[in-house]
Amino acid sequence: MRKIALLALTLSSPLLAPLAAHAEGGPALPAVVEEWHAGNDVGNRSSLQRGARNFVAYCLPCHSMKYVRWSRVGEDLKIPPALLEKQLLPAGAKAADYVQSSLRPEDAVAFFGKEPPDLSLIARSRGVDKVYRFLKAFYADPSKATGANNIILDSPAMPAVLSSLEGVKGAVYKNVEVTVDGKTTTEKQFDHFETLAPGQLKEEEFDGFVRDTVNFLDYAGEPAQVDRRSIGVWVVLFLLVFTWFALLLKKEYWKDVH
Amino acid sequence: MASNDVAQGAAGKPGFWGWLNKRLPVEAFWRSQASAYYAPKNFNVWYFFGSLALMVLVMQLVTGIFLTMFYKVGEASAFDSVEFIMREVNYGWLLRYLHAVGASAFFVVVYLHMYRALMYGSYKAPRELLWLFGMFIYLALMAEAFMGYVLPWGNMSYWAAQVIINLFSTIPVIGGGLVEWIRGDYGVADATLNRFFSLHVVAVPLILLLLVVLHLVALHEVGSNNPDGVEIKENKGADGHPVDGIPFHPYYTVKDIFGVGVFLLLFAVVVFFVPTFNNLFLEEANFEPANPLSTPDPIAPSWYFTPFYAILRAVPSQRIGALLLLLAVLSFFFLPWLDRSPVKSVRYRGLWFKGFLALFTVSFLMLMYLGLKPATGVYVTLARVFSVGYFAFFWLMPWYSKWDQVKPVPKRVTFHA
Repeated sequence: MRKIALLALTLSSPLLAPLAAHAEGGPALPAVVEEWHAGNDVGNRSSLQRGARNFVAYCLPCHSMKYVRWSRVGEDLKIPPALLEKQLLPAGAKAADYVQSSLRPEDAVAFFGKEPPDLSLIARSRGVDKVYRFLKAFYADPSKATGANNIILDSPAMPAVLSSLEGVKGAVYKNVEVTVDGKTTTEKQFDHFETLAPGQLKEEEFDGFVRDTVNFLDYAGEPAQVDRRSIGVWVVLFLLVFTWFALLLKKEYWKDVH
Repeated sequence: MASNDVAQGAAGKPGFWGWLNKRLPVEAFWRSQASAYYAPKNFNVWYFFGSLALMVLVMQLVTGIFLTMFYKVGEASAFDSVEFIMREVNYGWLLRYLHAVGASAFFVVVYLHMYRALMYGSYKAPRELLWLFGMFIYLALMAEAFMGYVLPWGNMSYWAAQVIINLFSTIPVIGGGLVEWIRGDYGVADATLNRFFSLHVVAVPLILLLLVVLHLVALHEVGSNNPDGVEIKENKGADGHPVDGIPFHPYYTVKDIFGVGVFLLLFAVVVFFVPTFNNLFLEEANFEPANPLSTPDPIAPSWYFTPFYAILRAVPSQRIGALLLLLAVLSFFFLPWLDRSPVKSVRYRGLWFKGFLALFTVSFLMLMYLGLKPATGVYVTLARVFSVGYFAFFWLMPWYSKWDQVKPVPKRVTFHA
C-alpha cells in the first residue's frame, strides 16, 4: 500500500503547484459579485428542463447553438417529442435541426452592433460562474444605448433582457483613496446594487432562474457529461478489481524471488 | 550462443510452431527480449514509468487513428469537426478525452522516467546512447504535442502556434524567411494547420516509433540500470545469468501489469471526472474558435512546456531568451559527459550532488508554476532565480560531481523480498 501511495503522490506532485496556482488568475471582481457561484448540477434533469424553457424564451430570440440538435436535447432531457415540438421548437423547425435563432446576422449587426455569440460552448469557454455572474450583474445606466451596463463586462452589446423578471438594479459606488507612486487620488469604486424597480420574481426565484439557465448552457457545452460520469464510475470500479488481482498475481510470482 | 540453440530447438519442433520458427525467429526473439532477458531484481516504483510510457504511446496511436477518421483538417472545418466528435460520434467524447488527457499523461510519465535517470545515474556509461535516444524521443514528443495542440484550431491553438513559431524569427538573418517557410503563409493559417496535421499524424509518429525501437534495442543490449547503480552483469552465477537478475518475463511483466492498473485508475479518474483538469489539460480559451483578432489573456503553453516558457520570459532580450530555452532542453543531452562522479546512484553520492539535484527539482517545479503566471514583477525575479538554479545543476556538474564525497558502492544490489 505504501508503494501505491508513493506512486499516486509521485504521479500527481508535479501537477499540484501549477494546479493551485491556476485557480487564482483573472482580474479581481467586486466582493458582492465574487460571492456569486453558479452551483448548478447537470445531473438535475428538472433544472435542465426549466433551463431549456428559459433558454427558448429569453436567449433563443438572439442566440443560436449551432452544435446542438433539438432532438438530442429532447432525448437527453427526457422531453417527449410531442412536447418538444409544442413547447420548445421554433415555428417551422424540425427536431433534427440544430438550435438556430431566427435573428438574421445582418439584422443583429444593425440592432446591436455585433452578432450575438453562439452559445453552444459559452459555459466551457467562459466557465459557468462567469456566465452566471454576467446574467446577474446588469444594472441601469442611462448613458448606454441599451439603457443598461454590466459589472462583469463593461458596455455589453446585450441589453438587460431579464430585467422584467429581476427588476431594475442601480449600481451604488463609494469613494476609495488609491495611492499610486506616492500620489493619493480618490476613485469611484463599485460597492453594491440597489433595487430601483421590483421584477416579477423574488431574489431567490431569480437566482434559481439564472441557475437553471446556466445549467442548461453547461449541459449544451458538453451533452455527453452525464454519461461520462456514470460510465466513469463503472470504469473505476472495474480498474480497482483489475488492479487488485494484478497485485495478487504479482505477489504470487514474486514469492520465489529472494 | 544460447539463443541460437533455442532457435534451433524451436525450429526443430513439429507442427506450425516449428514451421513458423524455421522462417521467423519468434521464439528466439521472445527468449532474448523477455523470458531470458535478465533485469535487476531491485527495481522500485520509479521503474514503472518506462513501460507506462510505452502503453500511453500505443493508446495515443490507437485513439489518434480513430480521431483521424472524423477530424476534418482545414481552417473552416477543424473546430466544427472536433465538436462533431464530441457530440455526434458514438463515444467520440471518450476518444477525444483519452487522446487529450493522454498527451498530458505522456509527459507526466516521461518526466518521471527522466527524473529516475537523473536520480540513479542511468545516463552514465555504458548507457549514453540509450539516454540520447531517450532525449530524441523527448524532443519528438514535444513537437508531436505542440502540433497536436494546434489541430482543434481553438483560439489558444492559434495563438500558441503564433508564439512558438515566432521563436524561430529570433534566429539572425534567416529567421524571418524560416518562419514563413514553417507557416507556409504570412501568418498562422490554413496551410500551417494542414502541414501540422500531416506531421502530427504521419511524420512524427513514425520517427517516434523508430526512436522507441532504438531506445529498447539499446536498453536490452546494455541492460537496465537499477536504484543501486550496480552493474548486475559483472556478477554472474554458474548458469551464466546475473545473480541479481531475474527474467523480465514473467516477473516484470506481471509487475508492470499492476503498474498499468494503478496508472489507468488515476488516468480514468481524470478522463471521466475532470478531463479539463482545472484548465490545465484543456483550456477554456480553446473552446472558442481561432480568432486572429482576439488574443487570449494570458497566452500560456500547456503545463509540460511551462518550465521552458518561464526561462524564455525571464530574459528581456527575446533572442537570448530563445537561446536559453533551447539550451535548457539540450542541456539534458550532455549529462553523460558532464557527470564526473565514479558512482551512479544518488544512494551512494555525497551532499554536493544531492544538494544540486534538490535545487534542480525545486527549480523545475517552480519554473513550471511561473510559466503559468504573468511575466510581471516578482514572478520574473523568481523565474530568473530558478533559471539559474536549473542551469547550475547541469553546467556546474563537472565540478561538483568530482568534489562529491561518494560512499562505497556494494557488490550486490539491495533487495528485500
